[in-house]
Amino acid sequence: MKFENYMILEFPSRSTNEAFARSAVACFAAQLDPTLEELGDIKTAVSEAVTNCIVHAYPNSFGTIMLRCRILKDNVLDIVVKDKGVGIEDIDKARKPMYTTGGADRSGMGFTIMESFMTSLEITSQPGKGTTVHMRRRLQRRGGQ
Amino acid sequence: MHFTSFLQDRQLTVALTGEIDHHCAKEYIQKITAKIDTYMPAVCVLDFQEVTFMDSSGIAVVINAMRHMAQIGGRLRLQSIAEQPMKVLRAAGIEKIVEIKEAVR
Repeated sequence: MKFENYMILEFPSRSTNEAFARSAVACFAAQLDPTLEELGDIKTAVSEAVTNCIVHAYPNSFGTIMLRCRILKDNVLDIVVKDKGVGIEDIDKARKPMYTTGGADRSGMGFTIMESFMTSLEITSQPGKGTTVHMRRRLQRRGGQ
Repeated sequence: MHFTSFLQDRQLTVALTGEIDHHCAKEYIQKITAKIDTYMPAVCVLDFQEVTFMDSSGIAVVINAMRHMAQIGGRLRLQSIAEQPMKVLRAAGIEKIVEIKEAVR
């Protein structure tokens, strides 16, 4: 896949990094001249993916989260969030709205939001090995480009 | 995480601020629950005027406040929600179960 630009980040699964990760992606995406709504959608989806790593992939320890963003042709932002945590036994179940293995402070809406806010969402996981969330968002081309 | 609250005529208004994510959601839930337990209001209003970003962790904050208000026989209302948090709340169908005033400021 040809890309026009990319960036890679790696950080520990500390919850303070949720804000860092979504802001970093928003800054990177700024070169595509996104609308406020598009930027909000992307930040929300990244926040959900990174939160999943922190809450579920590494429940009792800190592990590494890898975040890669690429700009593909036709104004497509391609985002991969990868962990080497516990993995997901049943991805279909995890994707169901309101389903969560987290506590009362979790809503079970993470994957649903990633799915509805992004153009595509692909989840691959191996129990005991880790999870990769791959999402894409095609941005509207606006005047002046 | 920072918020202010005030009580008037058995109505507790809690003004949330900044970005609501998993990092601060638990603390918000605990503090809002504590405020409700202290003042036992008839109505609890969560004001989103100063909320600049919210992910699904905010849904849990709203649902917990709603359940807690139902337990004490009161109700919850949300107000002054900007578009980004509103879109997240709508994804969970919150507007169907909680009263919302001034959805988009």
